[in-house]
Amino acid sequence: MSGLADPTIAILLTGMLVGMSASLLGSFLVLRGNSMLADAISHSILFGIALAWLLTGQTSGPVQIVGAALSGVLAVYLIETLTRTRRLRDDAAIGLVFPALFSAGVILINVFARDVHLDEHTVLLGEIGFVWLDTLVLGGIEVPRAMLAMAVMLMLDAAFVLAFYKALKLATFDPDLARALGLAPGLIFYVHLSLLSGTAVAAFDAVGVVLFITFVVVPPATAYLLTRRLPSMILLAMALAAASAPLGYALAVWLDVSIGGAMALATGPFLLLAYAWRRWRAGRQKRSTQPVQSPSAPA
Amino acid sequence: MGLLADYTLQNVMLGAALIGVISGVLGAFAVLRRQSLLGDALAHAALPGVCIGFMLAGAREMGSIMGGALFTGVVAALLMVALTRNTRLKTDAALAATLSLGFALGVVLLTWIQRRSGASQAGLDSFLFGQAAATTRADLYPMMILVGVALVGVALLWKPLKLMTFDPIFAAVTGLPVQWLERLLTAMIALAVVTGLQMVGVVLMTAMIIAPGAAARQWCGSLLGMVILSALLGALAGIGGGLVSALAPGLSTGPVVVLLATLLALLSLLLAPRRGLIPAWWRRRHRRSHTSTDRILQTLYDLAREHGDWHYRVEQGAVDAYHGMITEPQLSALADRGLVVPAQHMPDEGRHWQLTETGVAHAAEYAQRRRRRFGNGA
Amino acid sequence: MNRIGEGLGQPHEPDLALHVEDLTVSYGDRPALWDIDLNIPPGVLAGVIGPNGAGKSTLLKAILGLVPLSAGHVRLFGHPYAAQRRRVGYVPQRSSVDWDFPTTAVDVVTMGLYGRMGWLRWPGRRERDQALRALEEVGMDALADRQISELSGGQQQRVFIARALIQQPDILLLDEPMAGVDATTERSIIDILGRLRREGRTIIVVHHDLQTVQRYFDWLVFLNVRVIAAGPIDSVYTARNLRRTYGGQVALLDEGRQRNAGPENDGPAG
Repeated sequence: MSGLADPTIAILLTGMLVGMSASLLGSFLVLRGNSMLADAISHSILFGIALAWLLTGQTSGPVQIVGAALSGVLAVYLIETLTRTRRLRDDAAIGLVFPALFSAGVILINVFARDVHLDEHTVLLGEIGFVWLDTLVLGGIEVPRAMLAMAVMLMLDAAFVLAFYKALKLATFDPDLARALGLAPGLIFYVHLSLLSGTAVAAFDAVGVVLFITFVVVPPATAYLLTRRLPSMILLAMALAAASAPLGYALAVWLDVSIGGAMALATGPFLLLAYAWRRWRAGRQKRSTQPVQSPSAPA
Repeated sequence: MGLLADYTLQNVMLGAALIGVISGVLGAFAVLRRQSLLGDALAHAALPGVCIGFMLAGAREMGSIMGGALFTGVVAALLMVALTRNTRLKTDAALAATLSLGFALGVVLLTWIQRRSGASQAGLDSFLFGQAAATTRADLYPMMILVGVALVGVALLWKPLKLMTFDPIFAAVTGLPVQWLERLLTAMIALAVVTGLQMVGVVLMTAMIIAPGAAARQWCGSLLGMVILSALLGALAGIGGGLVSALAPGLSTGPVVVLLATLLALLSLLLAPRRGLIPAWWRRRHRRSHTSTDRILQTLYDLAREHGDWHYRVEQGAVDAYHGMITEPQLSALADRGLVVPAQHMPDEGRHWQLTETGVAHAAEYAQRRRRRFGNGA
Repeated sequence: MNRIGEGLGQPHEPDLALHVEDLTVSYGDRPALWDIDLNIPPGVLAGVIGPNGAGKSTLLKAILGLVPLSAGHVRLFGHPYAAQRRRVGYVPQRSSVDWDFPTTAVDVVTMGLYGRMGWLRWPGRRERDQALRALEEVGMDALADRQISELSGGQQQRVFIARALIQQPDILLLDEPMAGVDATTERSIIDILGRLRREGRTIIVVHHDLQTVQRYFDWLVFLNVRVIAAGPIDSVYTARNLRRTYGGQVALLDEGRQRNAGPENDGPAG
């Protein structure tokens, strides 16, 4: 084994690709105040994965990714529909929709997929340790399938963000103005969430659907505490997510624990450090402004 | 009957009923306080606690596992509060971050235990999705204690909790320790989550908190009624799901219970007499058939009079907005009687209607009859 | 009356900056705006006043196509909003966005150009220079590179106004620009608006402070679900119009008022 199919390289690169694409899209979700939609989407795609597997007998491949991603979009649509009836708040709608779709997915697997490749624990937790086993040859190079899928998703995500950066930013900051200027924030929102679902499906082999949300939310939240510009927030979030992959891998090898879990967990210390730094800065600022009598009082 | 005497099945049903009651009662508060997803975060964050409890006890011992889960749940809640209160992070991001990091830590600890203690791993795995069949009589006792503590707590603090749920600002003004009550309520929701770990599992426990409360909300106007109904619906979903999964081995309990609870919530959303969507639709239809075509004609007449033009073209959307319903059938009926005619106005507008000469005369006569019947406006 | 069959390309009331006819907007069961007719000529500084829930913000949103119209139409200089996007500037309520967003004052101002830049092009030096000039107009050029959360409420409001100014709008719509700003900012905002009016632009301001209405505006719209009165301030600013606007619920149709009002509940509106 050598090159991209080398186990360590395959695992590390796949983890980094998952982290970078998740936190690229996640930055906008965190800024919009919709982080829990990541939770909803990542749980709901289990239904799509199970259904796509039932229909095609495969869990990976472009058709499966698109099909399963649709169930993430379906979850968002159902949440919006329930909220629109005005019988439920949006938090209750989220909490009603995704467990139901997730349960439906688990039951489909329970009933139809006994003792086969697909089981709910793999879908839940992922098995990044095996990504190097499933490869295909591309231009004479052996490439792990999961890594290739993630690379394609990262390119799609990055192309979307780069091309529609202005519209995405304005739809996040001020959707009313975006609509008034003709920049279709509703459409942007759905494309963004469709890509997020697709990325989650491509990533489930590696980190599982529940751990995916860690990469969507934690590195962007950390970067949000440390930066003051959107581009630097996005780049820092992606860098932190990418750094978490080797850190987590080292932890997993050292303690002999789940690699996906350790990679997700490795994003945590960054958040705690950022939190501590902000608290320290806030404390210092308070001390240095104390001599001035209540600066917020009206002049 | 032999089925109900089955020892395991008795355990399952009793346990599921306990979970339904506690999560129903506390879920009612969570739903009303717009904290539905707090249960989600607490449940995911309970997984590392399950593992810690297991490691401390050295075996699958329910008491210490529940204690561990309660501990990490509370730590997660504290972390969440710290993140939102001391930084500019919003609630949703704090929730999602604690939830996912707690779960990641749980997965790491779970695999750590599994790769060391080999055979005994099976027991812990079931905490992900719940496995009712594994419930023993000994597992039930700690659950009963937790449910008892939570119910007594809610009963003792009923009035302050009620006030805090409906009007937290007024509650604070009257001198209630709102912050402490909030912490207490969070801790009790953590109790509910911990109770359900064994049978429903950490991933899906959130639905047990939300679905019964959301269902009960549709039927009841009062908090007491809502809490009681929520507990009953929770118990119903729990017992039903427990039964199904015990009878069909291989089906995880959690998903079955959750689908039942969601079904109850959806049925409530559709059928509840006052807030339900179908009764509301029925009332609109009913009102439609009772809103006479004469009333619609009168609206057209009044609008025409206000605009000082008997042939003023009224857009159908305006008539709909005025009556709060779709008035197309009545307007078509009026057109059939030759009292109004459809018209067009601006190209970016919908369909318009215009009174005919007969329509004006008819409406004027109707208006006069009404005036005579109701007195002249005073 | 020969307007039937007019295409959307044909101007309709082109001499009016704003022409609203038969406008009804409905949220759920109740109309938020009912059967509104409103004409505002070019070059005036108009105030829109009315009690809470009168539909003031909804009126601005209806003009901008942000809420669906149940009935009626809106024309700006004779054309629908979609054809006039570039001539209209909008300053939403300051509280409508999250000021913790990681961006700078000059970047927020640049957002005003996003519509005309097309979907794909990124803002560059030219856009930044334009944004700096707009910030200069509102006296904020020194704080151009500040993170927006570090600005005071008044400074944030001026950034919002600069974002609308960068569009060089012929019509400017502002939603409560004076809410929660200090006296200095309020004065400088009204100075800016006065200058724009002298340049011949039309300005429509949702306003809540009755004390300052006469000083600030030369045109006034009394709104409470219906338009109670509208016109030059000298002719419409009367105690009667104030009472009718703020005196409680306004009946949608006169017939309805006659029907509902008995001798004992005949309010001041009757």
